Amino acid sequence: MFNFKKDENQIGVLTMDMAGKSTNVITKDFAAEFSKQIEIIFKDAQLKGLVIASAKKDFLAGADLAMFYRVEKAEDCMPMLKKINDTFCFMEKQGKPVVAAINGTALGGGLELTLACHYRVCIDDPKIQLGLPEVTLGLLPGAGGTQRLPRLIGIQPAIEMMTLGNRIEPQKAHKLGVVHELVKNAEELMRQAKAWILKNSNVQQPWHDKKFKIPGGAVQSLTGYQVIAASNAMVYDKTFNNYPSPKAILSCIYEGLQVPFESGLDIEASYFTQVVLSPVSKNLIKTMFFGMQACNKGMARPKDIPPQPVKKVGILGAGLMGGGIAYATAKAGIEVVLKDLTVANAEKGKNYSVKLCDGQIEKGRLTTDKKEKLLSLIKTTDKIEDLKDCDLIIETVFEDSRVKAKVTQEAESVAVASLVMASNTSSIPITKLAGASKRPDRFIGLHFFSPVDKMPLVEIIVGQKTGPEALAKAIDYTLQIKKTPIVVNDGFGFFTTRVICDYVYEGFRMVKEGVVPALIENGAKMAGMPVGPLVIADEVNLDLVGHLIQQSIEHLGPNSVDQSAIEIIEVMVEQNKRLGRKVSAGFYEYPAQGKKFLWPQIGDYFKQSAEQPDVQEIKDRLLTIQVLTAIKLWEEKVLRTTVEGDVGSILGIGFPPYTGGVLSYVDFVGVKSFVEQCKRLADKHGARFKPSEFLMKKASNNERLTNADLI
Amino acid sequence: MSDAFIFDSVRTPRGKGKSSGALHTARPIWLAKIVLQAITKRTGIESKEINDVILGCVTQSSEQGANIAKSAVLYSEFDYGVAGVTLNRFCGSGLEAINQAASSIIAGYSDVIIAGGVESMSRVPISSDGGAWSIDPDVANKSAFVPQGISADLIATLKGYSRKDVDQFAVESQKKATIAWEEKRFKKSIIPVTDINGVTLLDKDELVRPDTTLEGLGQLKASFEELGTKYGFDGLAIQRYPMVEKINHVHHAGNSSGIVDGAAAVLLAGKETGKRLGLKPRAKIKAMTISCDEPTIMLTGPVSATNRILKRAGMKISDIDIFEVNEAFAAVVLNFMDECSVDPSKVNVNGGAIAMGHPLGATGAMILGTALDELERKNLSTALITLCIGGGMGIATIIERI
Repeated sequence: MFNFKKDENQIGVLTMDMAGKSTNVITKDFAAEFSKQIEIIFKDAQLKGLVIASAKKDFLAGADLAMFYRVEKAEDCMPMLKKINDTFCFMEKQGKPVVAAINGTALGGGLELTLACHYRVCIDDPKIQLGLPEVTLGLLPGAGGTQRLPRLIGIQPAIEMMTLGNRIEPQKAHKLGVVHELVKNAEELMRQAKAWILKNSNVQQPWHDKKFKIPGGAVQSLTGYQVIAASNAMVYDKTFNNYPSPKAILSCIYEGLQVPFESGLDIEASYFTQVVLSPVSKNLIKTMFFGMQACNKGMARPKDIPPQPVKKVGILGAGLMGGGIAYATAKAGIEVVLKDLTVANAEKGKNYSVKLCDGQIEKGRLTTDKKEKLLSLIKTTDKIEDLKDCDLIIETVFEDSRVKAKVTQEAESVAVASLVMASNTSSIPITKLAGASKRPDRFIGLHFFSPVDKMPLVEIIVGQKTGPEALAKAIDYTLQIKKTPIVVNDGFGFFTTRVICDYVYEGFRMVKEGVVPALIENGAKMAGMPVGPLVIADEVNLDLVGHLIQQSIEHLGPNSVDQSAIEIIEVMVEQNKRLGRKVSAGFYEYPAQGKKFLWPQIGDYFKQSAEQPDVQEIKDRLLTIQVLTAIKLWEEKVLRTTVEGDVGSILGIGFPPYTGGVLSYVDFVGVKSFVEQCKRLADKHGARFKPSEFLMKKASNNERLTNADLI
Repeated sequence: MSDAFIFDSVRTPRGKGKSSGALHTARPIWLAKIVLQAITKRTGIESKEINDVILGCVTQSSEQGANIAKSAVLYSEFDYGVAGVTLNRFCGSGLEAINQAASSIIAGYSDVIIAGGVESMSRVPISSDGGAWSIDPDVANKSAFVPQGISADLIATLKGYSRKDVDQFAVESQKKATIAWEEKRFKKSIIPVTDINGVTLLDKDELVRPDTTLEGLGQLKASFEELGTKYGFDGLAIQRYPMVEKINHVHHAGNSSGIVDGAAAVLLAGKETGKRLGLKPRAKIKAMTISCDEPTIMLTGPVSATNRILKRAGMKISDIDIFEVNEAFAAVVLNFMDECSVDPSKVNVNGGAIAMGHPLGATGAMILGTALDELERKNLSTALITLCIGGGMGIATIIERI
């Protein structure tokens, strides 16, 4: 796990090199072995100093999250933290210089290890990431990070880095004072690390100096007050108090920086234990890390099919979706043929890529060369023949099965036999669309989300006749373009669209009931949704929502959509021509200057009651309706695994991550409490909240809905 | 049980609370000493008769730390038998001091007390005493802390007070204060502040701007917009009041209470004690109360305190001749008048803190004195004094002339 060597100058080099792994990860064994090594190394009176290095591409990528996931009680956690903190402090206090030779990415515990070194040298490579991203998984830096970082760079930048979990490049780290020195390459790295040791003896960390002052001002100073008070509010504002760890990080800083360093470590350990035991961190680790990892490893991929990398993608329709898919595909270095009725239209779709590239160039994230290379991969055309050697064709034409049938047949008439034909429909059953195909076994649904460049999910829909090769290819392509695939079975609206629609319809129902729209939208955000249902309706545009309602009735029957939704569309679209975002008038007004605001006249059509419901009721309704729809789809086997349901809900719908996802939500609340909640809501608001037999049985057996084990 | 009576009331003029302010060279303890010595001198009471001095002071750090009330007693060379205590009920401190003094007298625990307050905001800046409420992440989180300006803007948003409404109120405050000074209506209470040689530093409220206009105020930028939108406080307030889409920021320096330096003192005693000492009571403390509302909106306390005090005293709004409602922010007073259905012509008839300033720890005592002077000037009987207070609290006192 570790190699130790001493050179002729009595400088030791401790190299991390975990056997059989591509990266170094802090496990229980790793931590124990590290402590042992440090103890032995410093017994050597001749030792001049120590360099800590890595034999891997990364320096140290952080800790084993499975280890944290399995922590069940405070007693399991505290000794582990104490041991690592003792080792780091011991290392700091030997008077002998310890230098971190950072050759690659150092995150979480990896960066914390370097912070316990007296000097940090780092290779100046923008690909190297440095950061304390624990917060993104509901944790906090637990190996002294909350105590060392603010003592090193000041309270404000430390709060920013830890509460946002930002990963920064070496240059920025150097500017902030996180690392002391940048070097060109690995050789220079070791040379400079050793040079510093030769130049320095009898070193100590600044925070062990009796006269130490926190850079930029202490907690009890005017600056400290301002920074911390504003941070408190910003955390409250951004997390809606659904995520305990950013607040806990602030507490570590506020409390820990008013006491001696070692006491600060104890405070940090208490808060770390609090968050590691919190259901929120368990949920985030389970779904956002292990669940997503499973999807990204192709958990749904048929195992016996050889890799099916896509070489050339044809895209039919160069609208917002077509243009977005073209960009995402070309960005991954794959050739694209973008077809529309006219070349001019196709060029318009390609222009989307130009705009995105220019934006990146402006931010310094892309070079002109790379832009040109990306654009050169997108060929525009109005001729179907140009798609003849594409091995994947994705149609993104208007949501009408006849139009889709026509383009499918056109494409298949010219394409190679190995073609996989995909539809980017957001709702029409794939089996129905496959009816127009000559090769329904090679027909599949690839549901992208808008805007494609930002949304990380692709919902892959398997029709009744879709074969394993088509599925394997769809998954391989999704992974090629660095998106996360979930695979679902067929049915109108599949998974994500069904859930989103019910979320939006519940919002509509509230409007109809006379709930103040601001309360609906704020309630949604407080529940953890990124945007309220009325924003979504406006973004989809209300005429299209009306179209979806009609389709839903057609496919799922008249009871699939509530009467209130139909009335809302009637008032908004028919009576007021408020079609949504595209005409700058929907539930919101979109002034040319300034922010959008809710249409003030809505109350004239749906009388707002004097007694408004409690926001908790709004939150419960908006989340519960989504959960119930997802459970229904799980029962109907549209959802194939709960993991994909959870991951898909978070990445595609924006279902709040703190819950673990739309199915894990039930286990988060507790299946019995959830059923009680459903019954209460059903009594008050209607049968759509009634828990199903399946759910009732789960509750009476007190069984979890999702697996508690990690994948 | 004895009633508590007010025998006299004095205050310093209020100096601008910055280094260019007329009272910046006067230490807070100097201001306290001036009012303590003035009230004993004026009433002729010997200091040995005084049991206790209770002073409100909000920012009790640096030279306002270490119990400035007892420090001021020592500095005033009072009899060694005079005790001193400093209290902090935030903006209600000055009135709280009076209420506590009255309670003590009514309970028979003390005979004579000087109550009042002191605050040199130019020398000891507001919030420089830290505290857990707004800063400790755990506490700020549980209490959904927002700065008071955000609370005031939230009230304006919920009640639909426009920028013009609050500015208009501010213009009126300035007008009323200007007339009050022109007609020397504060003469009875004002004790000019002198330096160590007796040279006058300030003999009138320094902040009043007689030339304030609606147009002029309209030019000022809303003070709390950036704080609210950039640092998350608006979002936090909206989470407590989720029917609000957006906070309408209407308050600024011109329609909020001014930052000033000043001190005030009120002499209280029971009737028998007063008689024994040959003092003539000016008014009686008729009722006192404290209330508390939801902490994020914070500044609705005058409404709940007024409702409670009237109920306890068995009185109605119509029984009150004049009201002093601290003008922390214009919306606070507008909200008070709306919610309690009070005739605006009875409220802050001589202006308020928007025109003259709000020396945090002293204001409660100052406006009680202002109300008493006005009752006497107009030969009226009853006044209600109330202030909004941090944390959602409200305080009220009803005084009645003898």
